[in-house]
Amino acid sequence: MNDLLSVEHVTRIFALGGLLGRGQFAAVDDVSFSLKSAHPEIFAIIGESGSGKTTLARMVLNTLAPSKGLIRFLGDDISRFRGRRDRLQFMQKVQPIFQNPYEAFNPLKRVDRYLFASAYYFMERRSRDAREAAADEALRKVGLSLAEVKGRFPHELSGGQLQRASIARALISSPALIVADEPVSMVDASLRMSIVNLFKTLRDELKVSIIYITHDLATAYYISDRVLIMQKGKVVETGPARQVLSDPQRPYTILLRESILSPDDVDKAQPGVAARKDKRFANE
Amino acid sequence: MDTALTVRSLRAYYLTRYFGITREVRAVDDITLSVMRKEIYGIAGESSCGKSTFIKTIAAAVRPPLRVLGGSIKYSFLDRDLYDLNEKALADMRWKHLSCILQGSMNVLNPVRRVRESFKDFAFPHLGLARREFFDVVNQHLGRLHLSPSVLSAFPHELSGGMRQRVAIALATVCRPEFIIADEPTTALDVVVQKDVLALILETQREIGSSMVFVTHDLTVHANISNRLGIMYAGRLVEEGPTGDILHDPIHPYTRHLVASLPRIGDLTPKKALSGAPPSLADPPSGCRFHPRCPLAMDICRQANPELTPLASGRRVACYAVGPLVKPAADSAAAPQATQADKSAAFLQ
Repeated sequence: MNDLLSVEHVTRIFALGGLLGRGQFAAVDDVSFSLKSAHPEIFAIIGESGSGKTTLARMVLNTLAPSKGLIRFLGDDISRFRGRRDRLQFMQKVQPIFQNPYEAFNPLKRVDRYLFASAYYFMERRSRDAREAAADEALRKVGLSLAEVKGRFPHELSGGQLQRASIARALISSPALIVADEPVSMVDASLRMSIVNLFKTLRDELKVSIIYITHDLATAYYISDRVLIMQKGKVVETGPARQVLSDPQRPYTILLRESILSPDDVDKAQPGVAARKDKRFANE
Repeated sequence: MDTALTVRSLRAYYLTRYFGITREVRAVDDITLSVMRKEIYGIAGESSCGKSTFIKTIAAAVRPPLRVLGGSIKYSFLDRDLYDLNEKALADMRWKHLSCILQGSMNVLNPVRRVRESFKDFAFPHLGLARREFFDVVNQHLGRLHLSPSVLSAFPHELSGGMRQRVAIALATVCRPEFIIADEPTTALDVVVQKDVLALILETQREIGSSMVFVTHDLTVHANISNRLGIMYAGRLVEEGPTGDILHDPIHPYTRHLVASLPRIGDLTPKKALSGAPPSLADPPSGCRFHPRCPLAMDICRQANPELTPLASGRRVACYAVGPLVKPAADSAAAPQATQADKSAAFLQ
């Protein structure tokens, strides 16, 4: 088996409404893709709000079961990981990074606690020194050190630092796959690049594959190797990132591509976004 | 050109006092700027640089521990300084002359009341119309924002993020205010909706001819909407000028970094990230607040604070290393004061 992760015709249906007039809503509809273990890559999943990106990520992380289809990790069906040992083993290999680091960390707990807990459970580092060493090693990979983070509460770190700390936490167990759900959308433009560059380093030096979920096509173009574009739960277009984003084929991809604001638009005689006469508003 | 808003040496600090220890957070420190009539003035800067505090201060939404310690804020539609008004005058002015579009539109609209009630609360007293006529005006205005009148009877959670943001825009513009303050109105939206919402903001602003202060950390949004741009760093304005000029030819090292790090489609050159973290405003660095992260920092930058100095091209920049600023001798304070006076003189013309 040379697939790190293979997602095969996965569908997730949510039931809507109460007892009467129950409706069904497919958040993710027949999505397939796979990541090879030999070549670590950054795989971007792009789509607007409500396109099923996060639902797909939760299924890959095994926190939500697919209604139909199969997700295999290193050849094993992940829905069979039921016991504590299996789950811990799986979590060791697949780690999440969330959108807003201020929400991901409990504001009343010190940040280092999360690092130590990860070292304790995933790496069996039972002694205090071993845990601190593991935390420090991971923090150094993201350009921080334990001295900067130890004993600090989330509000004492800047958004960029905290997001790095959450990436360090994910790195403690030396995962093979990181699922990053909009990791830079809450981070300032000036710090965004530091996080994005960090993902590149993780891929090139630590050989970690990354599923990068975003709606920001500009950073996706900058770092990802392949992209998958989703609309209303369905895959619209997939392929090598540069090719898909520079020469989009499907109407939805073209719409997305046109929606990106470019800093160069300032040259237009009349600055400002051109109002589109489109059908989106009419539907609402 | 007429000015719509003139802010002079505004200082607003958060003052807290616990167990006899006073802490001050200098969120807005000596900001001077003016906004012309019908202009969109953009303010860019990272989180915790004081953008939102500045907005609260110019919107007269100051609550303790935030306090305005000095400076003046003059709107063209008021005959006095904003802080000389009493509560009643402020309430009369809000929404009618000065309104806000805020970031989380979920927080603007009351989650347990229908949208109609919000319109009644905010706009009804100001328009001075009978109920039926009032709702005619509101429906017409919603139509301009591509919303159907049925949103009035919806609860906020029933609307999508983009619709909610458009309702917030409708609420802010229904009284046709002279001045609109927009605080990151599109940050929570995804790219497709963002573009539509920006287009609507621009369309509405042009139609009612109001002036606007538009705050976001995203320079690509500024490129598309702002006429002039002010860059804030750690509570101070470090550079100001027409948006195009700033994006093409940034002068201040911080602005240069911001512009250089913008990702573009079709551009694969490695982007460098700025090292270090934004300074704490409770204990800002001495001298120029950017010097610990600045690649061009010199000795003078550690000691003295560079004033925002006007350039010939209508831009202003605060930097010793790259600006035309006269480098003051460390012992005499006369030189910077002179530039300050010149600046004010140039500014008032």
